[in-house]
Amino acid sequence: MTNPEWITEPLAPPSYLNNGYGWRSWFLTTDHKRIALLYLISITGFFFLGGFFAMMIRLELLTPQPDLLQSDTYNRFFTMHGVIMVWFFLIPSIPTVLGNFLVPMMVGAKDLAFPRLNLLSWYLFMIGGILAFSSIVIGGVDTGWTFYTPYSTTYSNTHVLWMALGIFIAGFSSIITGLNFIITIHTMRAPGLTWFRLPLFLWSTYSTSLILVLATPVLAITLVLMGLERAFGIGIFDPALGGDPLLFQHLFWFYSHPAVYIMILPGLGVESELISTFSRRNVFGYRYVAMASVAIAVFSFLVWGHHLFVAGQSVYIALAFSFLSYLIAIPSAIKIFNWMATLYGGSISFETPMLYALFFIGLFTIGGLTGLFLAALGIDVHVTDTYFVVAHFHYIMVGGMVVAYLGGMHYWWPKISGRMYPERFGQVSAFLIFIGFNLTFFPQFILGYLGMPRRYHAYAEGFQTLNVMSTAGASILAVGYVLPLFYLAWSFFRGPLAPTNPWGATGLEWKTASPPPTENFEETPVVTEETYRFPVREEMLV
Amino acid sequence: MSSHVYPAPHFRSFEQQHEASELGMWGFLCTEILFFGGVLCGYTMYRLLYPQAWVHGSELNSLWLGAAMTVVLLASSLTMALAVRAAQLGQSKAIVGFLAVTIALGIGFLVLKGYEYYGHWVHHLVPGFNFSGYQAPDHPQVALFVVFYFFLTLLHAVHMIVGVGVLSVIAMMARRDRFSAIDHGPVEIAGLYWHFVDIVWLFLFPLLYLVGAHQ
Amino acid sequence: MSTRVHSVRFYVGIFAALLVLTVLTTSVAEIDLGAFNSPVAMLIAAAKATLVALFFMHLRWSGYRMRFAAIAGLLWLSLMFAFVLADVATRHIPEQPVGWNEAAASAARAPLK
Repeated sequence: MTNPEWITEPLAPPSYLNNGYGWRSWFLTTDHKRIALLYLISITGFFFLGGFFAMMIRLELLTPQPDLLQSDTYNRFFTMHGVIMVWFFLIPSIPTVLGNFLVPMMVGAKDLAFPRLNLLSWYLFMIGGILAFSSIVIGGVDTGWTFYTPYSTTYSNTHVLWMALGIFIAGFSSIITGLNFIITIHTMRAPGLTWFRLPLFLWSTYSTSLILVLATPVLAITLVLMGLERAFGIGIFDPALGGDPLLFQHLFWFYSHPAVYIMILPGLGVESELISTFSRRNVFGYRYVAMASVAIAVFSFLVWGHHLFVAGQSVYIALAFSFLSYLIAIPSAIKIFNWMATLYGGSISFETPMLYALFFIGLFTIGGLTGLFLAALGIDVHVTDTYFVVAHFHYIMVGGMVVAYLGGMHYWWPKISGRMYPERFGQVSAFLIFIGFNLTFFPQFILGYLGMPRRYHAYAEGFQTLNVMSTAGASILAVGYVLPLFYLAWSFFRGPLAPTNPWGATGLEWKTASPPPTENFEETPVVTEETYRFPVREEMLV
Repeated sequence: MSSHVYPAPHFRSFEQQHEASELGMWGFLCTEILFFGGVLCGYTMYRLLYPQAWVHGSELNSLWLGAAMTVVLLASSLTMALAVRAAQLGQSKAIVGFLAVTIALGIGFLVLKGYEYYGHWVHHLVPGFNFSGYQAPDHPQVALFVVFYFFLTLLHAVHMIVGVGVLSVIAMMARRDRFSAIDHGPVEIAGLYWHFVDIVWLFLFPLLYLVGAHQ
Repeated sequence: MSTRVHSVRFYVGIFAALLVLTVLTTSVAEIDLGAFNSPVAMLIAAAKATLVALFFMHLRWSGYRMRFAAIAGLLWLSLMFAFVLADVATRHIPEQPVGWNEAAASAARAPLK
């Protein structure tokens, strides 16, 4: 096999990227960094697949009449969009790419605790993904990503079982990844790296992993029950046979509400790293930010009933769930305020990752505050199943998680690829995403409040202006997402070589070469001080 | 004497590796608790709603068969614990012996289970296929109990089968003198799994066999 | 990882205790204790599980992390049980005070008279 010239550059030091080139060295690798790249490529594929469905949905909603898609196709498309984006992009995004790459490096270890299981998790993920994808090819699923019974078990004529099997298998990939992170953070920290010296990214990854490990099994068993009910009509969720459809919703949201925190917690961790590095200050109230991550993980298990406010659950338990849903705003707000306090008096610079970080604060705040509307029993009755809900969770998941993911990718890209991305392109695409995102989703708050229901392919004519704005925004957003795909891919091969620590950041991952050698560190690092100790700051204090 | 593959290159020491794998198994068992727990939650909810049907349903199961299966599993847990003890002492032959007994008891449990399933099949007590064998009050709700009975015991049986497979591999490794007094992590890890599956049954027994025994 | 080795007699003793508890639960089940039937059965099951976990699985001598993992699973499971069962238990309790419907109905009828 002949190597391209960039690989055989005479002075390229040994790194994980040039340690073997054959397909075996990638597909049978146990190196967490290579597995992270496998995940990166896979989830990028799923992201654009899910994005395609989103674009088709937005195009259909350009006009009030059903013209581009008929109702059956439309139902399949929003289901595919939801399933792919939730299980095959958002949940694995930051944990499996940045987490896999960074957790061992941040704790100063050579690899995760169970490297072979880590590889297995990628294979399970791919098998699950291919099953889910093939259900699209053979005709799709029209239940929505939530698979509510009795529609999914009794009435839908689509390939529900196929899709559920795909998600079931991908769930085990999540469980393995979560376990691997927890065990690694517990047992493999470098000497001197105490819990309160851990980077905040690790705190949030740890909290995310807790959710992955404790919630995902419940999803798996719920899908099995749903599948059996559909296949054999055994009556667990069928009122005609004594079953209760609400049990499905309880079990499903026992997983899926914590799962929406899987879709934001890692973003909060990335955010802390970015804010600290680009304002060159220690994170204000480090311990509170760290503990807020754990608190969010724990509270996330106590609020799932707010998805059932209008489903017929007990009003008394709804009161409790409403109250607990408010509580979760406290740790979220602690984070926001502490980031603001970190920025205050810092020497801020506006590189691309920092742009994403600042956008994140605004978008996450809007998403979080509108979450409080939905936690209020009375208002929720008014806006349930409207575009208000759609806008709210897109502000969290896209405005929060995807923005944080892109910020993190740009921030750690020099470490991952050993190359710098073109800064100007990065800034342009960050602004495109910010503008496009707000144009897409802010009108949806208004649409929802005016009463436009979600999951319909046609709507009343009066809603058209806002829908056109939303579709226009979506096309800007699409450009913003495609740009990084090209310039990051280009820079992977052709970009200028990156120094060890291009941002002047703290943290163990910046103390080894870019790209890192296969075993990460020449020798096991010894940690002697808290993270986020910026030299400039220390001099100022002196 | 053992071939020293451990500690794996990414660990700093044996202790670190042991700690990681043991904690990993406990973490996995934690996920198993929630895996079974989702079904048990459904079981409990319907039991609260249909207490009488649950009494009728559990009368369809033989109390003595359930008790016999419990004893077989408890015995297998004892021999498993003794296999781990043998591993701590580095006695390879004893490991193989105790594991063989454990596997045999595990298969014995599965045979009893199969016999019980056969009885349900013959008496038309399988919801989803043929539930004409039960004709008394609360018909659909009793069927719901039997659904939970089948689902929980099948889930448990699948775990037993996996356990028998794992123990067979461990026994094979022990025969090849793979383990020593310092380096026997896999035996302990497999043991934790086996005991856990035993514990699940300890709860299934009263939930599925004892509900209606007093009538 | 526990390096402590226990005697065979110790393990057999635990096994004997488990057998006794099995006999106990089976025979107690035949007696009607009213509301206490299932709490007693579950209590005995929990006792057996605790014996297995503490001594066969060596949790008694394990580090705090293993205990934490074991307890975390149970704790989270109990959260699920607590909320789901609380929902089922209170779902059909009337939301208005007793007599509210009649009062409202007669109030609604009043102007028509």
